[in-house]
Amino acid sequence: MKTQPFPIEQIRQDFPILRQSVHGRPLVYLDSAATSQKPRAVIDTLVRYYEEENANIHRGIHTLSELATADYEAARRKIAAFIHAPDPRNVIFVKGTTEAINLVATSYGRAFVGDGDEILISAMEHHSNIVPWQLLCEQVGAKLRVIPITDDGELVIEEYQRLLNPRTKMVALVHVSNVLGTVNPVKQMIEMAHAEGIPVLLDGAQAVPHVRVDVQDLDCDFYAFSGHKLFGPTGTGILFGKEKWLDSMPPYQGGGDMISTVTFEKTTYNALPYKFEAGTPNIAGNIGLGAAIDYVEGVGLEAAGAYEHDLLVCATEALQAIPGLRIIGNAKEKTGVISFVLDGIHAHDVGTILDTHGVAIRAGHHCAMPLMARYGLAATARASFAFYNTRDEIAVLVKAIDEAKEVFS
Amino acid sequence: MAHDLYRETILAHYRKPSNRRTLENANRSGYSHNPLCGDELTVYARVEDGRVDDGAFEARSCSIVQASADMMIDLLRGRSIADVDKLIARFQELMTGNVDSAPELGEIEVFREVRKFPVRVKCALLPWETLEHALVEG
Repeated sequence: MKTQPFPIEQIRQDFPILRQSVHGRPLVYLDSAATSQKPRAVIDTLVRYYEEENANIHRGIHTLSELATADYEAARRKIAAFIHAPDPRNVIFVKGTTEAINLVATSYGRAFVGDGDEILISAMEHHSNIVPWQLLCEQVGAKLRVIPITDDGELVIEEYQRLLNPRTKMVALVHVSNVLGTVNPVKQMIEMAHAEGIPVLLDGAQAVPHVRVDVQDLDCDFYAFSGHKLFGPTGTGILFGKEKWLDSMPPYQGGGDMISTVTFEKTTYNALPYKFEAGTPNIAGNIGLGAAIDYVEGVGLEAAGAYEHDLLVCATEALQAIPGLRIIGNAKEKTGVISFVLDGIHAHDVGTILDTHGVAIRAGHHCAMPLMARYGLAATARASFAFYNTRDEIAVLVKAIDEAKEVFS
Repeated sequence: MAHDLYRETILAHYRKPSNRRTLENANRSGYSHNPLCGDELTVYARVEDGRVDDGAFEARSCSIVQASADMMIDLLRGRSIADVDKLIARFQELMTGNVDSAPELGEIEVFREVRKFPVRVKCALLPWETLEHALVEG
């Protein structure tokens, strides 16, 4: 366990919402896996953008448009550096992880997937990394195959090896599970896929806020994540793609900004990344995401990761000690996500009682119904941590769970 | 505050439901699935000569859905379809805040407390809406 001093009091001051009360109790926000809270620096960036430089980008010759464009492209460079992309051209702004995966499923799928081909996903995927591939499979006659998991919530790597075959056209895999917290051995799995010439897309929605991601070291072909889970504004997200794929894929959407020239006979497309960015984007939001990355780098992802790991260990021990509570997902490598069920109490009832204590958790199927089915569950309660949470908040969580048990005893 | 919602009546029907089973000879049934939470509910009824002779339910759901379903069936068993329709409408009015009391619902009035928890109102309503559809569509 790390004992480095972490400036938690200062960090909590940076997040205005954490001063809220809910039902007369101090807010204990344990739902960062759904969306993270936003630091003052991000909120201020949005306000400043709208107050001082709002204009459309890539088209104006006036001063505001130049300012907005410069800030927008500066944000792209920050994001490229943050994930170690070789060039900002590899970084496409999208609405979120869901749109990033839909972009690849549609555009890569149209170019490279046909009748009888296979797409390989895992049993712990979020619906956003299942349904886009199902839609593709239905359209082209391809087949969706699924890497199984163990009871502890780890992928069965031998089965993965067995499922890779010459018909496999894509491995689409979650980096960190939103339900189990499992950190998958993605580097090894990418090597295994590449040995068979198969590209890999990683869903990094739950990874990027908590672990250092280096897309070149991972050697992934695509990497998708959301800005709003990374302390940035909602409606922001990133698709990283290797140039060799992005160049050979058709555009996802047509419209302004993604073209070079248009006639009624033929349109030539803009260069990367603009080929995949049709229409006026979320300019303020993406500049805000750049501010979020500055903030996270200021805190230090490694220090934050160590602090969150300490919270995870503390919370796991505390929850395991509660009779009748069972944690779902006990992988060796985990981030700060704990799903649990309580004997005789439905997750929604747990969620409501915790809310009366000011404790915000997620209750339900977490957009991962096949994973719930794998464990024979309809729903779990899920507490998820970020670097602004504290051990005291874990104590409040435990006390609230005790009351839920008392109500239902 | 949690005790406002989880009244003893509601908890008693959740812990020991008397109508949670399949219903032999049911000639009406309705299935509901809440895609937001994954809850599932099936409501059965046997209707003879314009009267709900019997009812039952099966659920994989929270306490509010189960208690609501159990108490609904206790209330409606043996009543005419016309009465049942009226009581369903009355319960919906109670839950949406159109009325503050509904003595004809008996102890079910306790569900009024659920209004303090807006996200759970749909849980209380689910069995009634499911039965309503079952009676219309068979």
